[in-house]
Formats: sequence, C-alpha cells, structure tokens
Amino acid sequence: MISVDHLSKRYGAHPAVNDVSFTCEPGTVTGFLGPNGAGKSTTMRMICGLTAPTSGTATIDGRPYQRLANPGRRIGVLLDASAQHAGRTGREILTLAAMTQGLDRRRVGESLERVGLNNTAAKRRVKAYSLGMRQRLGLAYALLGDPGILILDEPANGLDPEGIFWMRGLLRDFADRGGTVLLSSHLLREVEAVADRLVVIGGGRVVAQGDKDELLAASGTVVRALDTAALDAVLSRAGLTAVTSADGSVVVQADAETIGRAAAQAALVLLELRPAGSGGLEQMFLTLTAGDSVKEAVR
Amino acid sequence: MTAVQSPQTVPAGVASPEPGERAGRISMVTLTRVELRKLADTRSGFWMLVVIGLAGAATAAIMLLAAPGEEQAFQPLLAFALLPASVLLPVLGILSMTSEWSQRTALTTFTLVPERGRVILAKLLACVLIAVAATVAAAALSAAANLIAIGIGGDGSWHLTADQAGRLLLNQVIFVLMGSAFGALLMNSPLAIVLFFAIPTAWTVLSSLVKWLATAAEWIDINMTSTPLSEPDMGAGEWGRLAVSAAVWILLPLVAGTVRVLRREVN
Repeated sequence: MISVDHLSKRYGAHPAVNDVSFTCEPGTVTGFLGPNGAGKSTTMRMICGLTAPTSGTATIDGRPYQRLANPGRRIGVLLDASAQHAGRTGREILTLAAMTQGLDRRRVGESLERVGLNNTAAKRRVKAYSLGMRQRLGLAYALLGDPGILILDEPANGLDPEGIFWMRGLLRDFADRGGTVLLSSHLLREVEAVADRLVVIGGGRVVAQGDKDELLAASGTVVRALDTAALDAVLSRAGLTAVTSADGSVVVQADAETIGRAAAQAALVLLELRPAGSGGLEQMFLTLTAGDSVKEAVR
Repeated sequence: MTAVQSPQTVPAGVASPEPGERAGRISMVTLTRVELRKLADTRSGFWMLVVIGLAGAATAAIMLLAAPGEEQAFQPLLAFALLPASVLLPVLGILSMTSEWSQRTALTTFTLVPERGRVILAKLLACVLIAVAATVAAAALSAAANLIAIGIGGDGSWHLTADQAGRLLLNQVIFVLMGSAFGALLMNSPLAIVLFFAIPTAWTVLSSLVKWLATAAEWIDINMTSTPLSEPDMGAGEWGRLAVSAAVWILLPLVAGTVRVLRREVN
C-alpha cells in the first residue's frame, strides 16, 4: 500500500506539489493523471525518497521508503526509462539489480522474457535501444524483485499500440493478483483502460480523485437532438448547464432521466442520450488542468 | 462453458520472503561487489583497466631496454610499473562517482539502495580493492620482468621490504581515493578529471613562483608529499606531511561530497 499524506514541495517560491494526499490499495491500479509539469514526477520521486519533501509524508506499507531494507523486493520503480548507463547491456543492468537485491541470476533471463526482450536485444548496449525497448527494460527492472507494489511514471511513452495493450494486460494481472499499482500519464485514455481509481493533479494540487466509474458517472450525460436549437432552449429553461461539442452533441451535467423528461415535455426528438463516460471526464480533465498547463508553458 | 484459469494464481509480491526487517538489509559485501562490477562492465571502464595493464607492461619493457643495469631490480621495476596505475586509477574512481549523475543511474541506484551513504562507502571500498588488485598485478608483472633482467645481466635483486611494498600500495590507494573524493564532490566527469590533474599541478607551479606558498606547499602539495612513498625510505616528518595533504585533498572533498550526495535531489 502507498500512502501519501499532505505532501508538498516548493522550489523557491514555486510550489511544485501542494498538499497532495491519496492512497493506493492492494489489488488496484491507480491512474495518476495530469498535464506535463503538474507535479506527477515530483510526487513520485518524493514517494521513492529521491526528493526530500518540504512538508508531508509518504509511506510504503507504513514506512518511509528510506527505511525499507531491500526496497526492490517490496516495490518496483520505473521513473525514467532513459536513466540507465548507455554503455551497459540490458542484461548487465538487470544482473546488477539482481546482485544488489540478492536474487538468483536466473531471474534476469525470466524477467527479460517476460517483457519481450529477446537474447539479441539483451546483449545490446542500452545506447542502441529505442524508447519502447527502454520502457520494457525498465519494466523488467521494476518487476525483477517480485515486488507487491509498482510505481511507474509514464510507462507507455514510446511503446507501440501493441506494447501498450500488452502492458495494460500485465498491470491488470499484477493488480488482480493483489498487487498495488500507481501509474502516471498525461493522457487520460492511456490509463482509463486499466485504472480502477484516478487521481487528477493540476498545478501541484489534487483536483479530483476517486473511483474511476464514479468519476466517469459524475461527468455528465451526452445528448443529441434532431433540433439542436430547441434542445438548447429546453435545457436552459430547465436550468441545466450544457456544453456543446464539435459534433453537435451536448454534454449536460444531469442524469439521463432528468434530461429525458425535459425533452419529452417539449416533445423533442432525441437521437442520443447516454453517460458522457471518458469523453466527459476528458472534458473535465481539460478544464481542470488547462489553465495550469498554459501557465507551465509560459513559465 | 469452460472457464479458462490463469496459470499464475500466486498473489503478486507474496511469493517473496518478507523483507523490510533490518536482517534483510543489503550487506556491504554485496554492495561492494556490485560497485566493483560497475567499474569494469562499461566500455570506458573496461578499456581503462586494459590500458593500465598495457601501460604497466610497457614500463617493464622500457626499464629492461633503457635503464642502467643496477636499476633492473624488483623494487625499481615495481615502483615504475605502478606509475600508470597511479595516474589512471583515480580516473576510474572519479567515473565511479560521477557516472551516477552524468548517466543518471543515481535514479535506479538509490531506489534500490536508499541509504546513499552506504553506496558511497561501497564505491570507496571497491576503489581500494581495485588499487590492491592493480598493485598485485603490477608485482606479478615486475617479477616476470625481473626474471628477464637476470637473464640479460641486470641487477635482478628481489629485495623489497614489507614497508616498501606497503607504501607502494598506499600510494595507489591515496590517489584512487582522491579521485573518488573529487568525483563525489564535483558530480561531473570532465570537470572532476580536469580539476583532479590541474589543481595539484597548479599548486606546484604557484608555489615555485610565490615564496610564502612554497612553505605551505611542503605540507599541502600531495604530488610532493607522496613522492617518498615510492622511495626506499620514508621518515616521520614525511609521514606527517603526507597525512596533512591527504586530509586536505581526500578527507575534505570526500566529506563535502558525501554531504552533497546525501542532500542532492535525484532526477
């Protein structure tokens, strides 16, 4: 289990992470979402004891990361797949990790196989690896000590669609066997398929968190009517907030029944009436974080 | 309907023995072995060791071909054979500290071993061990060269006191540790390598120009204070000066460097 408790990090006057709290339970995949520069990586580094927090605490199974005797056996970490010595081979990197953790060297081969790096790839120096191969190696590195917890920062970067699909399966299986996964991304669609819970961060603050299904359900209903202007009139008369999408459909912050009744009273023909799902969450995600990412780009 | 059972029914993480207790702590022996391996498993590290070996062999050849007969004995051969190592091993020491930052491996190193001070200690131990290995290898090489010297009419004396051997080894250890200390403090390979060679030399030049610096240099110029280590005898005064200069060039940067490594944010 990962517990993050009122974690903050300031760089000078700039709060990179501001009072962030969440927990990741065994058996779940938590998607850690936010635009670039929102504070995802800083939070993850603080969890792993690589960055000292200005205030607050983070614990792994109840103890700070620095107090874990042999962390690789408890928690697998992949923060940056490119942070490996370019002159070492993939196999050598895993061998060093196995030695450090006191593992049987046979695990190295098994681990390489598990992430789909063949013998030729394993013998090559990391310098010659594509980003996708580095991500696979990083995943093998994280999984090597058979940990119960995984912390992965943007692991899908550089993976091809097949690789992303494979990784989802691997993480889902890991969590279904009782593992805990914290997985960051700046793309909602990337984590949506695998996460049970979402923590959305923007400008260093948690802007939304909870069960994925709840967050999706809370994101409104999509309505499409034959007569768009009439629909707008009906919705505004009912006092419902609505956002019109590019394709002419409208996302309304109300449940399907409320909207359906209002439409029926006005004898309106509806073509579509369904939960907004990820589309709505994406909308929310963009609204919640857009301002911050613009600020980030300017700074 | 048939349900397909997943073959992996073991819960994640439960298969491994319960870690986290003090007993499960990674031992210093393990960490040192890992750091030793890291010294030689990259192209740069491997070739550095090869070059040290080849240069050692070259010194023996030079001695046998060019030195006067009475210098063709075990002690002078060994002292000369260790010269390349005393110049190049510190570079290995520097790289062992700086490559963690330049190659960004600190990220993975310190996630596997969060107690950074123990990683530094393991690196220092690995450097001392490699200095011992280099000295032993040079001794073997010099013994072979001495046999040849006997064959071609050189002095061929095997005289080497334990004190002399110990001081030759200490010389290697001092410079490899000084390299590691510079690397730990500066965290940047080119900068650490340049300063490692430039500062002591600058000292030597400066102290020959400025009079009052000359007195200080007798105590601080480590190139000067370490010279007696390779000579047949060494007095108490010389030991004192060596200790002072070692404190300045090894202890000081090492302490400051350790503080820097412990505090630095890894990203």
